[in-house]
Amino acid sequence: MRRLQLLAAAPLLLAAAPGPRLFAALSQPRVEISYGFAGAELLVYGAVQYPRGRIPDDEPRIAVVARGPDARVVVRQKARRAGIWINAASQTFATAPSYVAVATSRPVDELLDPQTAALWEIGLGNLALAPRGDATRAGEFARGLLDLRRRAGLYRQEPYGVHVTENILYRARLVIPPAAPVGAYRVAVHLIEDGQVVASVERPLDVRKTGFEAGVSDFAARHGFWYGLAAVVLAVGTGWAASWVGRR
Amino acid sequence: MDLYLPIAGMSVNALVIVLLGAGVGFLSGMLGVGGGFLTTPLLIFYGVPPAVAVASSATQITGASVSGALAHARRKGVDFKMGAVMVAGGLAGSVAGSFLFELLQALGQIDTTISIVYVLMLLSIGGLMLRDSVRALRPRATPRAAPRRHNRFVAALPWRVRFYRSGLYISPIAPFLLGLAVGILTVIMGIGGGFILVPAMIYLLGMAASVVVGTSLFQILFVTAATTLLHATQSKTVDIVLAALLLVGGVIGAQYGASAARRLPAEKLRLVLALVVLAFGIRLALQLTYRPGEIFTVDPA
Repeated sequence: MRRLQLLAAAPLLLAAAPGPRLFAALSQPRVEISYGFAGAELLVYGAVQYPRGRIPDDEPRIAVVARGPDARVVVRQKARRAGIWINAASQTFATAPSYVAVATSRPVDELLDPQTAALWEIGLGNLALAPRGDATRAGEFARGLLDLRRRAGLYRQEPYGVHVTENILYRARLVIPPAAPVGAYRVAVHLIEDGQVVASVERPLDVRKTGFEAGVSDFAARHGFWYGLAAVVLAVGTGWAASWVGRR
Repeated sequence: MDLYLPIAGMSVNALVIVLLGAGVGFLSGMLGVGGGFLTTPLLIFYGVPPAVAVASSATQITGASVSGALAHARRKGVDFKMGAVMVAGGLAGSVAGSFLFELLQALGQIDTTISIVYVLMLLSIGGLMLRDSVRALRPRATPRAAPRRHNRFVAALPWRVRFYRSGLYISPIAPFLLGLAVGILTVIMGIGGGFILVPAMIYLLGMAASVVVGTSLFQILFVTAATTLLHATQSKTVDIVLAALLLVGGVIGAQYGASAARRLPAEKLRLVLALVVLAFGIRLALQLTYRPGEIFTVDPA
């Protein structure tokens, strides 16, 4: 009974603690990939509420991290063997995010000490990729992975990507490129004071494919044989029609 | 005009793909070659994932071979019995090839394997074509020795059967094995294999020239269709939108190619194609030895 009373009082205790509260919203809860998709922009915005309506003299330090679903990947390294370049060594990572965008109000190393940044996975250099097997050269492969995905626009980092106004309002623009995979994304916003994360909120983001194109890939995944048959019929039909037209 | 390819998972310029299909279709209409061996690498250079390029190119070849196969069938230019044996071999080969494809994909060696096989194929085919066209262009070429009936290894095989339209009395094992070998190549490289089938049918099997091209188109039609089904169910790499764009370009290009062939000297065109094929092979061979732009690659595991 006493335990229950304590439990009921817990939120009150937390609310009474003199800490700032963080609010966040997304311009849209869903990004839809359709034909002619040339990447989408997402606006993350919100405010920091300080106890008793106080407005700080310094602007709050904020990090926004958007992540796509994690996936198991194998990174391969090419090497020269007998005169030609072939895939030689490889390294598997169990939890490589398919998409990461990190926007901060200042560079990550000015916001956080390395341990805290790694703990919260803030910054592209701080992703927990979970290397598997013999991981003696995992760092080298992780740099290769980061470099590739950064150039593909799937991993992005904006050291001054969070704009703060009136010292309580913030906004960040995130770009989702055409190559971004579908799935359940998460957008986390962290408020940082003295190198520590003092408040965090998370918003879900749904990235999906819509329209004809989504129907096609869905059908292909579910009914492979009929999809293949449709492709064959299309091919034969086109060839037949062309030869009919050609003979006229 | 940007189009999103649902299976490749990328945006492409539709016009570029249609033009690519038209260019290859023009060549194939003009010279009677399938052109899969040009489509696949060109798509890969454009950035289409190799597995998707190979599978969708096979789908396009199905469409491209329909009109030719129909035309030859009307002129009784198809030996259906021989074709059926080769299709059976081709189906066995495509199933075997799809397992090989999966194994190489898991090992991370599919791209290198594709490139090496392409180099060997393009250099040998280009070399043979060059030799033939130079011989044909030389006005007082020595008359060729009467062709042998067929290769003596083929003649040694048991269970001989009569193939009337081909004018042959040989073991079905030989065409079956030929179909099998080409079927493997169809799955792995996205080619019809006409430029291997036709010389092999003439020089190895000794088939009557009147049914060679029609029967090879018959085999290509069925084996590429089966390959599409296999890729659609197994590796899930057939992009129907990509195949449709290639088909549209291909059929338009083939019409112009066929009419251009009537105005241009065929033997000189063959010489040009031989040089193009050789250049392609040499470029690909050199590319294998250059330090690649990307040392690292990422694959789903």
